[in-house]
Amino acid sequence: MSIPAILSVRELSVSYRTRRGDAPAVSTVSFDVAAGEVLAVVGESGSGKTTIAQAVIGLLAENGRIDSGEILVNGTDVAGWSSRQFESVRGKRIGLIPQDPNNSLNPVKTIGANLAEVLRIHRFGTPPVIRARVLELLDRVGIPEPERRARQYPHELSGGMKQRVLIANAIALEPELIIADEATSALDVTVQKHILDLLDDLRREFGTAILFVTHDLAVAADRASRILVLKNGRVQEQGPTTAVLADPATEYTRKLLSDAPSMVARDRAARAVPAGLLHAATDADRILRVDGLVQEFGRGTPFRAVDQVSFDVVRGTTHAIVGESGSGKTTVARAVAGFRTPTGGTIRVNGANVALHKREGLRQFRRQVQLVYQNPFSSLDPRQSVGEIVSEPLRNFGIGDKTSRAATVAEFIDRVALPASALTRLPRELSGGQRQRVAIARALVLHPEIVVLDEAVSALDVTVQAQILALLERLQAELGLTYLFISHDLAVVRHIADTISVMQNGRVVENGDAGTVFDAPAEDYTRELLDAIPGQRLVNSELERTP
Amino acid sequence: MSLDHLDRPADAPATAPPAAAAAAPAPRRRPPLGLLLAWAVVAVIVLWALVPGVFTAHNPLVGIPAEKLQAPSLAHWLGTDALGRDLLSRIIHGSVHSLSGAFLAVSVGLVGGCAIGVIAGSAGGLVDDILMRVVDVLLAIPGLLLSLSIIILLGFGTTNAAIAVGIGSVAAFARLSRSEVVRVRRTDYIEAAFGSGGRYATVLLRHVLPNSLNAVIGYAALQFGVAIIAISTLGFLGYGAPPPTPEWGLLISEGRNYVATSWWLTTFPGLIVVAVVLAANRISSSLGRKTS
Repeated sequence: MSIPAILSVRELSVSYRTRRGDAPAVSTVSFDVAAGEVLAVVGESGSGKTTIAQAVIGLLAENGRIDSGEILVNGTDVAGWSSRQFESVRGKRIGLIPQDPNNSLNPVKTIGANLAEVLRIHRFGTPPVIRARVLELLDRVGIPEPERRARQYPHELSGGMKQRVLIANAIALEPELIIADEATSALDVTVQKHILDLLDDLRREFGTAILFVTHDLAVAADRASRILVLKNGRVQEQGPTTAVLADPATEYTRKLLSDAPSMVARDRAARAVPAGLLHAATDADRILRVDGLVQEFGRGTPFRAVDQVSFDVVRGTTHAIVGESGSGKTTVARAVAGFRTPTGGTIRVNGANVALHKREGLRQFRRQVQLVYQNPFSSLDPRQSVGEIVSEPLRNFGIGDKTSRAATVAEFIDRVALPASALTRLPRELSGGQRQRVAIARALVLHPEIVVLDEAVSALDVTVQAQILALLERLQAELGLTYLFISHDLAVVRHIADTISVMQNGRVVENGDAGTVFDAPAEDYTRELLDAIPGQRLVNSELERTP
Repeated sequence: MSLDHLDRPADAPATAPPAAAAAAPAPRRRPPLGLLLAWAVVAVIVLWALVPGVFTAHNPLVGIPAEKLQAPSLAHWLGTDALGRDLLSRIIHGSVHSLSGAFLAVSVGLVGGCAIGVIAGSAGGLVDDILMRVVDVLLAIPGLLLSLSIIILLGFGTTNAAIAVGIGSVAAFARLSRSEVVRVRRTDYIEAAFGSGGRYATVLLRHVLPNSLNAVIGYAALQFGVAIIAISTLGFLGYGAPPPTPEWGLLISEGRNYVATSWWLTTFPGLIVVAVVLAANRISSSLGRKTS
């Protein structure tokens, strides 16, 4: 490479000291990042990508240790530097944009004071100079009314705004290198797009090098000049983005590419959606009918989270509700699953009004509708074995005796493609994907007619996500299930939905067949959502690769 | 940068295939020395309480007047008191009073407190409000004062002193168990348990209780040490066991008159109380860590 590298990592190995002995997290990883370049480090959780970012900025966890290798920042090896030595580098030469904007700002200081801190630490200038610089920075990252915002506290800003503030923080001293560690993963797609655009602008303007750590290959494909694929702490491959996308060198990269939701979505044609599905359906086919659903929270002047939402779902199909955070989609899901009594409107399952179920009636209603939660780490009782978890619904309804229950549980564990040996495990011994399979088995063991999936694949790595989606489709075909699929991820929705409701601020903006909504959206908001889906380059390169 | 984010790489070994992790349990790390010591102290005291005769041949109640107020020596390791009774023997024989008293006190606090806490936490609403205001009132009264008032109502004696100390700790147990129940009740898996058709009582017994009791058990171990101090304090003040019972607090109280001439009479029972309390604290903190 002709341009001298700003960051040059040579044969870096990092391990963590744990109770079970040393656990290598990164093994002999080498890469360069040149000025004005974006290097995306892509990998699944546990691949060591965050460890690399932390090693570069000297923020490894206490039990982390650099075993060997060099980290050259502008030619100076900083591996093995003390925290004190790093103080001169952090902020000044390397900026960091953290993952979660919601707890990365000091909540008791104003935005202005938060931003001024880095300037003060590095003796940027007198208080008036610093104040002027803070306002200039806020303006630069696209925050309207910087004077007013600087006086506000972090909780008064949205997630996207806070991430802008953190970017301002990272660029405050115009560092040569910015590390963005999953910087947009916690944000909605439309917000993510704006933030990524901003980063692109800054890179062009200042010629900053960016080390972009992400699990999302689609984002990497859209934004990076080069991609480094990491698996189990080892570099699988690295190269210019176009080359990696067009001709992946390893099986693992190919798998990541094919599992990326935007990729999978292209194969969507395989799932035949009968056009005019809803129109052709008779009333008897419409297993779930939501009509004018209103849900309010709080007393006095209540907050209307869901406002006049109506949609029908045909038996055996998948209806998706998409929207950004705060759109009310999860509230709808919980009302349908009978966990919340609507303020107004009706939800009918097989013609019966859900709100009228009380106590025993509600308990019996659970046999028809089951909910699968977003986070498989919190939806399973940590003290129960997998076998106990899956058999619990059967015990609750007194179905079968001990032997027949064990047989049913074994059958469903098999259906969700878990080994029989999993039955005696505790949830903490399982991976996220395996736990979600357990949660799905628990939901299905009562043979419900409707399964509400509340962001059920959002917390999973792409490869696992693709597996779970395939599993859901198979189970739907086998058991004739109806899904209500809640997601913020349009790429995933496109993969699985037959019909779609797009929600914004508690209202349904658009309702219709998946094909229509995606290919000919009627509303501006839907179009905006669709445009913000990362991975356009991914799809294009795939089209070129397989003509 | 968020803290949990920083912590994440500590879980790096979790990337190992879970099957392997489960099949081959990790080699057990040796517990820290302090914890071993703490358990050793508790074990010795329990043995003292169970089989005091094995540890000392001296009679704890009847002394030899000729050997009164002797300093620690080979014959009397910890010296003798004003009536010529062997101090070590009295401490050993006294452990049963202190231990059973503390055990009773913690049981009263644990059962009473958890009952209030679990009812308040799971019922919520008005029931929660009323019970917690009662607990607030109890918490506002200093523990020892409350125990003294109760013991005056119940009458003097070791058992009554233990019950009084136990009632004094009900409020703290109630607070803790309520907060744990409220925390657990809000988790997804409790909702999921209702979602899979669980009845109220079933979910409470099968999910809420087991998951909320961990922290309470840790606190009970801590409270064990506190109860020993409290019972000794009541004994010292003369509200506990009557003389010549060799209760630890009473031993310190009796030695008080000779503190200028016979230092061992107050020092050694005091050190034993300190050792047991520290051991209970150490064990409690290890229990607490395991749960978090």
